[in-house]
Amino acid sequence: MPEDRPLTGNMRPDGEALDRAAYERVGGYKGLRKALGGMTPAAVIDEVKASNLRGRGGAGFSTGLKWSFVPATAPHPRYVVANGDEMEPGTFKDRLLVERDPHQLVEGMILAGYATGSDTGYIFLRGEYKLGARRVARALAEAYEAGYLGKDILHSGYSFEIHLHLSAGRYMCGEETGMLNALEGKRANPRAKPPFPPVSGLFGMPTTINNVETLCNVPHIIRNGAAWFQGLSRSKDGGTKLYGASGKVKRPGLWELPMGTTIREILEEHAGGMRDGVRFRGLLPGGASTDFLVEEHLDTPMDFSEVQKAGSRMGTGTMIILDDQTCPVGMVSNLEHFFAQESCGWCTPCWSGLGWVERILKGMEEGRGQPGDLEKLAFQTRFWAPGHTFCALAPGAAEPLQSALKYFRAEFEQHINEKRCPWK
Amino acid sequence: MNMATVYVDNRAYEMDEKQNLLEGCLRLGMDLPYFCWHPAMGSVGACRQCAVKQFRDEKDERGRIVMACMTPAAAGTRISIRDPEAVEFRKAVIEGLMLNHPHDCPVCDEGGECHLQDMTVMTGHDYRRYTFEKRTFRNQYLGPFLNHEMNRCIQCYRCVRFYREYAGGNDLNAFALRNIVFFGRDRDGVLENEFAGNLVEVCPTGVFTDATLKRHYTRKWDMEMAPSVCVHCGLGCNITAAGRYGTLRRLVNRYNGEVNGYFLCDRGRFGYEFVNSERRIRQPLIEGKAVSAEAALARLGELTSGRVIGVGSPRATLESNFALRAMVGADRFFAGISGTEARLLKLMLEVLRGPARTPSLREIEASDAVFILGEDVTNVAPRMALSLRQSVRQQPMEIAERLHIPVWMDHAVREAVQEKKGPLFTASVSATRLDDIAAGTYRGAPDDLARLGFAVAHALNSEAPAPAGLPESARDFVKEAAEALKAAKRPLIVSGASLASAAIIEAAANVAWALAGSMLAFTATESNSMGLAMMEAPALDAAQAAHADTIIILENDLFRRLPEAEQFLERFRHVVVVDYLENATTAKAELVLPAAPFAEADGTLVNSEGRAQRFFQALPPPAPVKESWRWLGSWDKLDDIVEALARAIPPLAAVTRAAPPASFRMSGAKVPRQPHRYSGRTAMLANISVHEPKPPADPDSPLAFSMEGNPDQPPGALQPFFWTPGWNSIQAVNKFQEEIAGPLRGGDPGVRILEAGEGTPRFFEDIPAAFEPRAEEWLVVPLHHIFGSEELSRHAPAVSQLAPPPYIALNPEDAARFGDEAEMLGQRFPLKRLAELPRGVAGVPAGVPPFAGLEFPMWSRILQAP
Repeated sequence: MPEDRPLTGNMRPDGEALDRAAYERVGGYKGLRKALGGMTPAAVIDEVKASNLRGRGGAGFSTGLKWSFVPATAPHPRYVVANGDEMEPGTFKDRLLVERDPHQLVEGMILAGYATGSDTGYIFLRGEYKLGARRVARALAEAYEAGYLGKDILHSGYSFEIHLHLSAGRYMCGEETGMLNALEGKRANPRAKPPFPPVSGLFGMPTTINNVETLCNVPHIIRNGAAWFQGLSRSKDGGTKLYGASGKVKRPGLWELPMGTTIREILEEHAGGMRDGVRFRGLLPGGASTDFLVEEHLDTPMDFSEVQKAGSRMGTGTMIILDDQTCPVGMVSNLEHFFAQESCGWCTPCWSGLGWVERILKGMEEGRGQPGDLEKLAFQTRFWAPGHTFCALAPGAAEPLQSALKYFRAEFEQHINEKRCPWK
Repeated sequence: MNMATVYVDNRAYEMDEKQNLLEGCLRLGMDLPYFCWHPAMGSVGACRQCAVKQFRDEKDERGRIVMACMTPAAAGTRISIRDPEAVEFRKAVIEGLMLNHPHDCPVCDEGGECHLQDMTVMTGHDYRRYTFEKRTFRNQYLGPFLNHEMNRCIQCYRCVRFYREYAGGNDLNAFALRNIVFFGRDRDGVLENEFAGNLVEVCPTGVFTDATLKRHYTRKWDMEMAPSVCVHCGLGCNITAAGRYGTLRRLVNRYNGEVNGYFLCDRGRFGYEFVNSERRIRQPLIEGKAVSAEAALARLGELTSGRVIGVGSPRATLESNFALRAMVGADRFFAGISGTEARLLKLMLEVLRGPARTPSLREIEASDAVFILGEDVTNVAPRMALSLRQSVRQQPMEIAERLHIPVWMDHAVREAVQEKKGPLFTASVSATRLDDIAAGTYRGAPDDLARLGFAVAHALNSEAPAPAGLPESARDFVKEAAEALKAAKRPLIVSGASLASAAIIEAAANVAWALAGSMLAFTATESNSMGLAMMEAPALDAAQAAHADTIIILENDLFRRLPEAEQFLERFRHVVVVDYLENATTAKAELVLPAAPFAEADGTLVNSEGRAQRFFQALPPPAPVKESWRWLGSWDKLDDIVEALARAIPPLAAVTRAAPPASFRMSGAKVPRQPHRYSGRTAMLANISVHEPKPPADPDSPLAFSMEGNPDQPPGALQPFFWTPGWNSIQAVNKFQEEIAGPLRGGDPGVRILEAGEGTPRFFEDIPAAFEPRAEEWLVVPLHHIFGSEELSRHAPAVSQLAPPPYIALNPEDAARFGDEAEMLGQRFPLKRLAELPRGVAGVPAGVPPFAGLEFPMWSRILQAP
């Protein structure tokens, strides 16, 4: 394994998935053997805590800390859920992981299950990831066959089952409590917190939910130790990160790089810079629900705290690049249309506000912008502040809009004043 | 209750720390708008309307917006309702809700009593900034009770929460998402749940409105309203009856914390239209011809000069029954029910005077293990079934408590509890609508159900006799039910007389007595069954033997009581009937006196709990119609007859306290039946005379047929409607309660006149033999129907649409030899195959002609239809 790219360094160049034997050859399931062979669950949690692994779904919460929230006395069955409902626009990192190295996820889940004393795991996978689903299913079968899953794993006395569940397909299914409802066969509406999932989660039982990429890091941390993992990073947050870029760059793609690699490096070295004839205008650093950053932020290291300081969130770490040939209002309109469409319809600020914002932006694009529209848009972004709404969907939708109003205000005004989209 | 000091806008208040901030604020009389929270259904945090600013401590000036309904009223909490950001936020929520609302208040039936209107005004949202097209929906046909207008919807989710989570329905759902969530059925069709009518009140705006009201629509502010009591079963749910221009326009729920709480059943809500029926008797009739009141009274005088007997009624008030009894003499007064029914009622009454307490519906809701023996509760005493449905949530609530989830945090509780249910066991002749929540069900013929009950009693207490040879199939049920009851803190036994089996009632009594502290609830089929039983009059079979020339029948169709009513009536030279609807008995009468039905009458009913409740006229009876007790006696006012009957019949002594007397005044004034916004008073009869008529006098109650009077809150029994400034909808009830969802201020209406006795009764010993099917005969039992079995609501057009036609039901194996029809009692009927009905037992719809009036259970031949 190329030491600096634990997540992707072992992937086959031909695009096929690593099977169990290949995965084992590069050190696969050694972490699991190590944990079951002598580490207590608490020791596994401590190792993960010490590694500074932070949640890769976007919120960046300490994984080890999250695992410690399931009390030792909590009732059974307890669940681990891998959130693979990768619906965030512009994000395709978990797809790579499930398609190319599914055993890495399986091992990570078993370790999470062992650490939290869980009995059953669910992989909640985006429904469109059909190839990934086939490969995960195969990996699960292989893991059962080899005794990594099922009763009395590796004769340790620990038992753990994993089920694969394909999402019926809504953005809300990726919100962790909406996902629990979806798994239970209910509308994917979010749940009130507290109680948090470690107390009352799937089927009312203690539940630990982690993103696919987060879980994929765990086998390496256990095998190689927290210090090694921290050492991979250029920042306080441990490990590597799958960074991506889409938009009019020369080489859109996905790269595993040290945590804290700067935006400029990702954009210019790995994505090859902007295509000829187009100029960089801004970017969403980690999916549609993050604030725009612009030229002045290009030297920001991509980690959870530095991007926050710059006024956005690292989110999923997969950037969407805006160029000068693309209408920023049109881009925001498209994003807000997505969010409006995906609102579950539960809380008023979200379902009503997004529908309104969607129409205002569409109107602007079609030359029907009105004086006062910008105030209405700005008002809605404040209306969607975290805590005002039931879950993070609308606050996420506020981020590209509020930052676009800040950085591209002139373009919005131009739409209203000229009653047309200057890019059309 | 543990009180916590909570600061609201820098003033200290005491709130119940077990409640949330919204409940706390509302209890203190503050105006804080809300939609998705419901006092009986708790909080889910969807609408975001009750936002307030919460501060960490006195120094925190920034604060953060929180939802009052989702925040516990913990000690030291500091919030602001008036904070500008909170005010702006609440206004923005209304603005959001109103984006797509059609603003069709002038043509909306909810207008003037719409919670959405009230909250819009309360938040101050008054200018529309949304300039785009509104979303529109296609509405559905949902049956005869409800209209559907989805464009008005504000997506508060109350309807589906009530319908699915509270009432157990599954054919109403939330479809789609974003700002186009559709609340309806997967296709047009009659809503299946028996409590769907509550959506009229649960919906904060006009999506679900009363389809019966629409046919004779009147605004709330134009209605004359009175506190009334439902007459369509024995539970005595409290209702507000509302009328105008002499017709009854609609009923709504009248909150009584101990009885119906916030909800009614659909028979109770929509059965009222019998009052407006074409078949109403509005004139005295002699030989079928209308005559004056004077002529009628003269004839009554002649007919009662000789030997007279009186036949009372379980659907007539205590007062009317007593008036007849006083007129003919106690020894010549008969109860107007069959001998079987009278014996069963007497038995139930005696049992309830034993050590097991008869619970209110509130107590039923709080019971934590239930054994239903022989009753199809949903179809006999429907509102009780809704309470029983909540009872199975009691035990699993401990899971939520363990996880420190407050009981009001409704969805968090449901997510923690999942499908776990407390124990509820049902034993019945066929499937019931509570089977879906039952931990165990058992089917059997009436005698086998009784045997099962005796076995449960024996399992609880070996001194109770055991049936011999209980089938294997029953043993697990008996063991599980007994264990569940024994382990419970508030066990409840539910039974009744619906299958006409004394053994079932005795078995239920044994179960309750075998387990100290059990509650025992009996259903009663009619509004005053229990009151009539307390009058201890002999039944109709005794009347068969009485010698008399004249029989006076009070509010009773004997063709629904006796198989041979015709022969019975022929024994009397003169038949006098006092009633309000034409029926087979009035058709046989020489003299018919037009009685006032509940909406036009005052009187007292005793419900199955043993609670005496008074109802009052919503409309003055159109002369010469008057209350039966007025026709039959010479009491000037209600209080006189109430006092007389309380003196004459000791078990009824306390009924004088059912409501304040007519002399009751608040600040010297009466309680107005008309709301403060009553309009058109001077105009409504101006096409007849420009002189405003003098309001009718009401010597019987402290209520006035007027908008003049004291606007303050009267005692609960006199509360004509719930309405306070700013709260025009029925949600105003918050302002009338001591506690949110607790008793009305000054106590809930009614007086309990039946309390458990001391001492240990002897267990009933008479265990029937196991049921033996017969070769050519079937044991015919009545199957009750919420719509169709009850006499009066059959005359309400909306209810009658849902009433079943007559049928015979058989077990499919028994039915194998028949086709689609079979013959019984010389008539052909459609044959229904009921898989759960025991073999050898036939079911026929109770109260549906020609089966009304048959003596059950009976053995009958069933033949191949020719």
